[in-house]
Parts: sequence; structure tokens; C-alpha cells
Amino acid sequence: MTTRRNFLRGALAATGAIVGAGSTASVQARETYSVPPEGLGLLYDATLCIGCKACVAACKEANNNPPEFSTVDKLWDTPLDTSGYTFNLIKMYRSGTMETKDAENNGYAFMKTSCMHCADPSCVSACPVSAMIKNPTNGIVEYNPDKCIGCRYCVAACPFGIPKYQYDSPTGEIGKCELCRHRHKDGHYSACAEVCPTGATLFGKTSVLLEEAKRRLALKPGSVTTYPRGHLRHGQLKALLGEPEGKGRMERTGWKDEPNQNYEGEVGNYQQHVYGEKEYGGTQVLKLSGVPFEKVGMPKLPPYSSAATSETIQHSLYGGLLMPIAVLGALTWVAKRNVKPEDEEGGQS
Amino acid sequence: MSTHSSSHVHAKPAPVGGPLFNAVTLISGVLILTMAVILLVRFVYGLGSVTALNDGYPWGIWIAVDVVIGSAFACGGFSVAMLVYIFNKGEYHPLVRPALLASLLGYTLAGVGVIFDLGRWWNVWNMFWPGSVNPNSVMFEVAVCITAYIMVMWIEFAPTFFEKFGMDNAKRKLSKFMFAIIALGTLLPMMHQSSLGTLLVVMGEQVHPLWQTPTLPALYLLSAITMGYAVVLFESCLASAAYRRSIEMHLLTPLAKVMLGMLAAFLILRLGDLVVRGALPRAFGLSLEAVFFWLEMLCFIAPFFVIGSAANRRNPAKLFVAGILLMLGGALLRLNGFLIAYQPVIGVETSGVNFSYFPTLPELLVTVGMFAIEVFAYIVITRRFPVLPREEVKPA
Ligand code: SF4
Ligand code: SF4
Ligand code: SF4
Repeated sequence: MTTRRNFLRGALAATGAIVGAGSTASVQARETYSVPPEGLGLLYDATLCIGCKACVAACKEANNNPPEFSTVDKLWDTPLDTSGYTFNLIKMYRSGTMETKDAENNGYAFMKTSCMHCADPSCVSACPVSAMIKNPTNGIVEYNPDKCIGCRYCVAACPFGIPKYQYDSPTGEIGKCELCRHRHKDGHYSACAEVCPTGATLFGKTSVLLEEAKRRLALKPGSVTTYPRGHLRHGQLKALLGEPEGKGRMERTGWKDEPNQNYEGEVGNYQQHVYGEKEYGGTQVLKLSGVPFEKVGMPKLPPYSSAATSETIQHSLYGGLLMPIAVLGALTWVAKRNVKPEDEEGGQS
Repeated sequence: MSTHSSSHVHAKPAPVGGPLFNAVTLISGVLILTMAVILLVRFVYGLGSVTALNDGYPWGIWIAVDVVIGSAFACGGFSVAMLVYIFNKGEYHPLVRPALLASLLGYTLAGVGVIFDLGRWWNVWNMFWPGSVNPNSVMFEVAVCITAYIMVMWIEFAPTFFEKFGMDNAKRKLSKFMFAIIALGTLLPMMHQSSLGTLLVVMGEQVHPLWQTPTLPALYLLSAITMGYAVVLFESCLASAAYRRSIEMHLLTPLAKVMLGMLAAFLILRLGDLVVRGALPRAFGLSLEAVFFWLEMLCFIAPFFVIGSAANRRNPAKLFVAGILLMLGGALLRLNGFLIAYQPVIGVETSGVNFSYFPTLPELLVTVGMFAIEVFAYIVITRRFPVLPREEVKPA
């Protein structure tokens, strides 16, 4: 971390020196943000996923998206990747004979692809017009088509390849998961978690989901445990952990009531890694997997975000416009000496 | 008055004259019309109808070439103005106007070209709306600086029009403030040319390590200044050949030396950064990125062999070649960073998704059309307005 900081400082001093005001280039390091305390998210456990794609269909319906076809007969929705019209997709990992589920070799596995709702989102830092913003309370990364200029910088910036533009339309928008925030006011949460039959996709506060993920990682593979479904609330988590329900922990009210949907299941063979706990400062969507994450398309990312690096550079060079004004002052002073007022545009002498 | 007022006697700029209709302007006209038709289709049916852009490659040549490379090619005005007014090298003054004209056209077109690429262009006012702007966004800074610079350049160039239309009063008034305009016209390109490099930083892992570094702003700025001089060499040679005028060798020879100095500074930073970050090994191996890296390096290093000696710098053909090499090098640095080095996230490798991008013919024709506008406008303006130094006054 310090070497990175020092290198950044050096790199910036170099730019400052070129601009001619090396000494004013102060590195105002912008730390990587972390998940807000009330941040909402999902926990996707690949070992529980059966690849039924109920979540994909539910996402389409909840977001009013048309089907997309990759087969000749065009019988049903078969997108190969997320797109401007597909915000959630279950992808398949295949190896050799594909005998064992969640095995790296001769196995197969599933992986959910959708917005990770980063703690420090690259898309938000990139967007020039604040059309991508991170909700300060629940941390949902929201998109506003009424501001969006369609520059697609967010598309290029996202480390997970998530926002996608609708190229087939003259008024195309950016499409990506917003955790079904338009359904929250009716008490509904993310459609994918609502319909998931196995609880492979859970909705809840990221802090709660993280504890649940860690509970699973601590279990012995092959043993039997209780798995929740749908919306994992704090109280339920405490029950799963065998702890008394902490008093005074208030959940946001207004979520629709659900019957207990817990079930008993076998513990999978997990990679000891909660994906999203540390990556780029953390993400509000967390993932567990039996197959190494890089194999199932989750990139290896450092614990600091590229948004922080980019903004450190920007703010060191342009923060408060201090350096530009200082340089402008110097340039004006020099130019005043060298440009003669009455000569022909400065030089015919 | 100023120190150089007596030491340099320059030819006053004058219109070149001659016909506006010739083979070059005619071909330009056809290309411009073709572009207009393609753009009509683009605006009616969407970006996907004419471009090869896709979910893996959100940016294509309209951004990488028309805007990023185009604006760097348009740095001649800024590079020369800096030399003349900031470093007080008055002898280069005759180069200012032609270079400024090329910059003005290049930047104005890059600015307009952005609109073609914007998927929701009618919202573009948000870029300047206080309630919408995002000062953390590198693109915001680039957009505002480029817009301001285009306006500043038109003011800088205004005396040319004032002269043509005999508006002496306006010209005299403007000349009182010219120093401030020139200072601003030096600062703004420094800001956005460096930020064009910073654009890549937030893309993190998607950009190959040979081109992803916090030194990007410094690298892009240094190379843009260098390219500015290269473009002046290129364009002076070309204008002299096309208009059958004598080449200003007494200016270009020392200018080439300045250019080599900048180039050396750039190369030291570029290679030093690669070594310090430990990214250099990535240049050895058989990959598209490695090949393009060496192509880029070749273009940056070759000029030292072509015009490294003082004798060679007095040879117009060699200056021309060196200018082209450097323009290519700078163009490759940008093309590489924005397209070749850009690696889309594909997720699960066995899911059958693979992205590739190669511009479509209509996409290329728009880029060509933009270039045609530049050529067309340059010819019309230099033939009718006082831009190039008057020919009959042979400088000593
Ligand atoms: S996953 Fe991508 S789109 Fe979602 S918040 Fe992170 S950077 Fe933005
Ligand atoms: S495409 Fe829209 S949301 Fe994405 S960065 Fe550009 S303006 Fe922002
Ligand atoms: S609904 Fe649940 S089990 Fe079915 S594919 Fe989606 S995550 Fe997997």
C-alpha cells in the first residue's frame, strides 16, 4: 500500500513538474470507500445453485426486459451474456467430463453475473454527469437515464463488465441491476432472491450476508446445516448462528412478511474466500463458490479501487483548481512580457 | 518593446489565393457527403446500425481516433504558441498562425465528433449543468477543458478574420487581452491532454499493464507536446509542397531539436515507469499487445536515428519522415491504450462469450470524413485568409 502510494506520488510529481509547478502537486490521497453500514446486497452461493434460471426470468419480468435469443428457433430467452436488456444471468463453468458439481476438474458449476454494487464503484467515479450514483444510505448503485449522455465510460470502467448500452436503439439506455429498487416501496426486494428455490441467491443487508457467508465457510464440508431462503434478516441470522436475537437491532421496516422458508442441506466444498468482502474495497453483492473464483469469471482484484487511484490523480492535479490557477498566473505573467499589445496578433514586428 | 521585436523580421501572413475547386477539395466534398449520410443512419437507427461497437468494446475509433488521437494531432497550435510566447522564442512566430489553424480545426471537429458517439446526446447539457456535473469524473474535466479550449482558440484566431474583413478596431481591442487568452490557451490543453491519459486509470485491470499506470497523465501530456511539433514539421513540409512555397527550414531545423528533447524526456519517463512497475517483461512474448508495444516504441525511437544529427535536421525530407514517425508513435500510444490494450471482462471463460472489435466500413468512413472536413477547411481558409507567411518576403 505504501509503495503504491509512493509511486502515485512520484507519478503525480512528474506531471506537476511538466506542468511547471511541481511543488504545488500535493497528493491528496483519496482512500478507497467501504460498504455503508445499511448497505443492501445479495449473497450468491454457487454450491446451492441448481442452474434453474428462475432468477433470470424473474429479473426480466421485474425490469420489463424483452427476451434475447441465441438459438435459431428463438423459443425462449437465451442470452449468452448480460446486456442492455439482461441484467442478471447464470453462467456455467464446464471442465472435462463434467461429472461432479462444483469441482474444478471434470466438473461443472454455476455463477451469477450481475452488478456487484461496489463500495467504491468505478462506474460512479467515471460518470461525468452523475447519471450513475451510489445511494448514500443503502449503497445501491442507481442509474438515471434522464441525465445519462450515453458516453459509455461506465461500461468501460466497470471491473465486472456490468453496465451495458442498448446499441440497437437511437435512444438506447444503459442497463444494469439496481437491486429492484423500484419494487422496494411495495415491500418487495430483489426479484432474483425472491424466486430462488434453493436460497442460492439471498437478499439482505450486506453486513448480515457477510456473517452468513462466514458461517458457511466455517462448517465442515458434507455436514448438514440450515439454509435460509429469500430475504435474510438479522434475527434469522442470529437463529442460524444459535445466538440470542440481539435486542434493539432494528431492521428497515416495510419489507413484506414471509413465512420461514429455511431448509436442511448438505454443506458444500467451499473455497475459503468470500468474494466481495475485500475486492476493490468490498462489494455489496457477495459470492461463495466451490470452484476458484477466477475460473468462474470473477476477476482477481486488489483491495483498493481504481476509482480511488483515478480520483487521487484528478484531485492532486486539479483539486480546488489550485494548481491550474497557479500555473495560469505564471503563464499569464510570462505571456504578458512576451506578447506585445499592438503587434499583429502578437508577433509581426 | 519586446526583446525580439527588432531581432526577427517576419513575413506578414497573407492569403495564398488560387482556386477553391480542385481535385483535393472535390474528393473531400464527396467524403464529407458520405459521412453525412452515414451519420443520418446512425442518428435514426442507433449506434449499432453503423458501428461495430458491442457489449465488450463500448468505445471504438470514433473515440480513440477522432477524439483522443485527433486532439493530440491538433496540439501544434499549443506547442508552438508555448514556444513563442512562454519560452519567448519569437523567431518561431510565423509558424503560429498555420499551426493554430490546424489545431482549431482539429479540436473543433473532435468536439463535434464526440456528439456522434454519444448514445444519449440530447442530454449533453448535463455536462455543464451544476446540478449534474461530477467533478470526480475524469471525463467531466476533459469535456469542460476541451470546450473551453475550442472557444479560446477561436478567439486566438479571430485576428485573422478581423484582418480579412478590415476590422482594425476589434483587432486592436482584442490584442490588448491577447496575452491572457494565450496563457489560457496554454493551460487548457495541458490539463485535458494529460487527463485524456487519466481516462484510462479508472478502467483498472481492463487495460493491459504496459499502458495502465498512474504516470499516464504525464505521458500523454509529454507525447502531445512532442506530437504538436511533429505535426508542425509535417504540415509545413506538406503546405510548402502543395502550395509550391519554400520551406521555412531556418525555423524547422531548430524546432526539430526542441522536439527531440521533449521526446527524450517522454521516453525516459515511459521506460522508467515500465521498469519501476515491473511491467516490462510483459513486452516480451507473443501477444498482440507486445507487437503493438514494439511498433509504438519503434516509432518513438526511430526519429533519433533519422534526425539525430544536425546535418540530417537540415534535410526537409528527413524532417518530414521524423514528423510522421512521431505522429504515428503518439497515435499508437493512444490507440494501444484505448483499444488494443483494452481487455473486456468476459466472465466465465467456458460460457462461449468472446468479444472483438474491428471498425466497420461506415465507421471508418466517418473518421475519414472528419479528416476530409479538416483538409477542406484548411485549404479554403489558407487560400482566402491571411494565415501562411507571405511568400515574396524571403526571410534572411
Ligand atoms: S459492478 Fe460495475 S456497474 Fe456495478 S457498481 Fe460495481 S462498477 Fe458499478
Ligand atoms: S453512459 Fe451514462 S451512466 Fe454511463 S458514464 Fe456515460 S453518462 Fe454516465
Ligand atoms: S434461481 Fe437460484 S438456483 Fe435458480 S439459477 Fe438462480 S440462483 Fe441458481
